[in-house]
Amino acid sequence: MPGATAPQADVIQSAIATHGQRPGALLPILHAIQDGLGYIPGDAIAAIAQALNQSRAEVAGVLSFYHHFRTRPPGNAVVQICRAEACQAVGARQLESHARQRLGTDYHATSQEARISLEPVYCLGNCACGPSVRIGDEVYGRVSPAVFDALLEALDSDVVVVQ
Amino acid sequence: MATRIYVPSDTSARSLGADAVATAIEREAMARKIDLELVRNGSRGLFWLEPLLEVETPAGRVAYGPVRAEDVGELFETGLCSGESRHALFQGRPEDIPFLRKQQRLTFSRVGLGDPLSLGNYVELAGFRGLSRALTMAGEDIVRWVTESGLRGRGGAAFPTGIKWQTVLDTPSPQKYVVCNADEGDSGTFADRLVMECDPYLLIEGMIIAGVAVGATQGYIYLRSEYPLALRVMNEAIARAYAAGYLGEGIRGTSYRFDLEVRLGAGAYICGEETALLESLEGKRGMVRVKPPLPAVKGLFGQPTVVNNVLSLAAVPFILDRGPAAYADSGMGRSRGTLPVQLAGNIARGGLVELAFGATLRELLYDFGGGSHSGRPLRAVQVGGPLGAYLPESQWDTPLDYEAFAAMGAMLGHGGIVAFDDTVDLRQQARFAMEFCAVESCGKCTPCRIGSTRGVEVIDQLATAADREANLTLLQELCETMTDGSLCAMGGMTPYPVLSALRHFPEDFTVGGEPCGSREPV
Ligand SMILES: Cc1cc2nc3c(=O)[nH]c(=O)nc-3n(C[C@H](O)[C@H](O)[C@H](O)COP(=O)(O)O)c2cc1C
Ligand code: SF4
Ligand code: FES
Repeated sequence: MPGATAPQADVIQSAIATHGQRPGALLPILHAIQDGLGYIPGDAIAAIAQALNQSRAEVAGVLSFYHHFRTRPPGNAVVQICRAEACQAVGARQLESHARQRLGTDYHATSQEARISLEPVYCLGNCACGPSVRIGDEVYGRVSPAVFDALLEALDSDVVVVQ
Repeated sequence: MATRIYVPSDTSARSLGADAVATAIEREAMARKIDLELVRNGSRGLFWLEPLLEVETPAGRVAYGPVRAEDVGELFETGLCSGESRHALFQGRPEDIPFLRKQQRLTFSRVGLGDPLSLGNYVELAGFRGLSRALTMAGEDIVRWVTESGLRGRGGAAFPTGIKWQTVLDTPSPQKYVVCNADEGDSGTFADRLVMECDPYLLIEGMIIAGVAVGATQGYIYLRSEYPLALRVMNEAIARAYAAGYLGEGIRGTSYRFDLEVRLGAGAYICGEETALLESLEGKRGMVRVKPPLPAVKGLFGQPTVVNNVLSLAAVPFILDRGPAAYADSGMGRSRGTLPVQLAGNIARGGLVELAFGATLRELLYDFGGGSHSGRPLRAVQVGGPLGAYLPESQWDTPLDYEAFAAMGAMLGHGGIVAFDDTVDLRQQARFAMEFCAVESCGKCTPCRIGSTRGVEVIDQLATAADREANLTLLQELCETMTDGSLCAMGGMTPYPVLSALRHFPEDFTVGGEPCGSREPV
C-alpha cells in the first residue's frame, strides 16, 4: 500500500481480515480503521474497494455520507458539542460560541495551540442534563462555559501525563 | 453483613459525576473500615437527582441525591449506611418519590434496580418469562397476542406491531431478519438508551420472541455511534446470553435458533428511517428507499424483515408474560398500553416517565417536570423530535394520544418532550429545523436537499425588515413544496416545527416591536 505507514497498513489489513466476510462489511471495516487510527486514510479506500470487490468511488461515496468518519487525522482529543434542541434549551448556543472562541477554531477543525478537534453532534441521549459534551467516549452533562474550560484544562494535564 | 450501596452507571448519571461518587464511596468505606458491597445499577431515570445513590437497609432501599463526590464523607458521617434522614440529600425510599410512584412502569419495571448485566437478577425479576411462554406457542399465536395488545410502533410512525409481524410471518423465505432500530436520533429522547444500558436482556428477549414469532434466525441491533456505553453493555449482554443458551443454536433446549449482533451507525440522522437503516446495514450510503416494497416483504438483503424500535421490542416480553389484555388495559382510544415519555430540555425534573396514554402535556411539564430548570416561565414545547411541532401553552391540555396529536398537526413520535423557557427565540428554532434538515438530508429529493438550505436563507432574511411579506410567502411556499415533494418525513415534516413556530409565535418573527434573535437570558 503506497503511502501508508507500516502500522497504518496493519490496522487497515486487520480490519479487512476481521470484518471483510461479514454481510454488509463496509461500515464495520470503516469503524475498525477509525477506532485504530483516529481517521480513515486515503490509502484505505483502495484496499477496501479491492477486498470487497467494489469501485473506489463506491467506497468513497459511503465514507463521505457519514458524519462520523474522518478523513484527516484528529488532534490530541476530539471534543463534540451537542447542538440539538434539548441542549439549546439550556444554553448550548452560548456554549458553542464560547468553545469556538476559547479554542480559536470552528467546527470540523483542530485548534492550533491545544490540538483539539471540535465537532458538532446532534444529541448524545443526555437531553435532561444538557448542555452535553462528549470527549472520547465520555459524556459530560450540565456543561457551562466554566465547566467546559475545566474539562479542557483536565485534557491539558492528561497530555502532560502522557508525555 | 456488608453494606450494599448502589451508584447508577448509565450515561446521564456518569455525565453528572457518578464514577467519581463511586470512587469516593469506596475510599470512604475503606477509611472507615466498613465492609462495602458497591453495586453499579442502572438509572431509574430520575435524572435531576443523579447521581442518585441508594443504600440497602432492613426496611428497604433508601436514596440520596443528587450526590457529588465531595458530599460523600458527610453522608457517611450522617448515617448513610443505616439509611438515616439527617442529610439534606436524603430522598427517602425511591419508590415513594412522587415522580416514580405516579408512573406505570410496564416496560421499565426493572430499570435501575440492579446490575444491568446480571442474568441472575434479570431472571429473578421475571426476566425471560415472556420468552419461555413464546417458546411453547405457535408463531401465529405469538403474533396474534402482539396484535391484541394494541402495541403500536414506538419509533414514531405508530404502525401496529402485530400487523407488521404478520406480514413477515406470511412472506415465505428461507432467511428472515429482525432488525432493531436503535438509532434514537431525536433530540430529547433517551428511552432506548436507558433500555440498552440499564436492562439489555429485555431488548434481547424481545428480539428473540420476534424471531421465534416470524421465523427469523438472525437479528441486528442498529445502534447509533453516539452511544458508546450502550454499545459496550449490549455487546457484553449478548455474549452472556449466548453463554447461557438464550442465543444461538437450540435456544434453551428447543429447536429454535436466533443469532444477534450489534451494528454501529455512523452519525447520520436519516439512518433512523427504516429503509435508510437497511441500506446502511448493507454497507451502503443511508439513502431512503421507495416503498413499496415494504421491509416486511423485501427488507434487509432483499429478505422479509421486521424493523422495530427498541421500545416496541422491549414491550413484547411483558405482553407475552402477562397476556395481551394486561397491556391493552392501559391507554386511551387506539393508543393502547404505556408510552415512555422523556422529559428534556429546560425542565426542573427531567427524566423518564412511563405512563398510560392519555395524560396531558401540562401534567407532564408541571406535575412530573416541576416547570422549567431555569425558574423562568415555560414558553414553548417541542414534542416528537426535530420534526415535531412547537406547541404553545394553549395546546398543553392535549392528551398524549397518537390521534389527538395528529389532529392538531403535531406528533408524539418517540415520546420526547423538550421544554423551553421564555428566553427561547422561535425564529432561531425554525431556522435550526431547516439547518438540521440541510445537514441530515439523504439528498434524494430536491425539495428536501435544496429547499432546506433555501429555508435557512429566507428565515435569515426575515430578521431584517426588507421584503417581509414576500419572504413570508416564500417560506410558506417552500414548506408546501417540501411537504408535497419529499419521499420521507425528513423533508416532509421539517415544515412542522417551522410553520408551528411561525403560527403560534409570530411575535418572534417581527422586526421592530419585539427584537428578533436577541433574547438573551438575564
Ligand atoms: C427521518 C426519520 C428518522 C427516524 N428515526 C428513527 C429512529 O431514530 N428510531 C426509530 O425507531 N425510528 C425512527 N424512524 C421511524 C422508522 O422509519 C420506522 O418507522 C421504525 O423504525 C419502525 O419501528 P416501530 O414500528 O417499532 O416504530 C425515523 C423515521 C424517519 C422518517
Ligand atoms: S425527504 Fe430528504 S431525507 Fe427523505 S428521502 Fe427525500 S432527500 Fe432523503
Ligand atoms: S439534545 Fe443534547 S444530548 Fe440530546
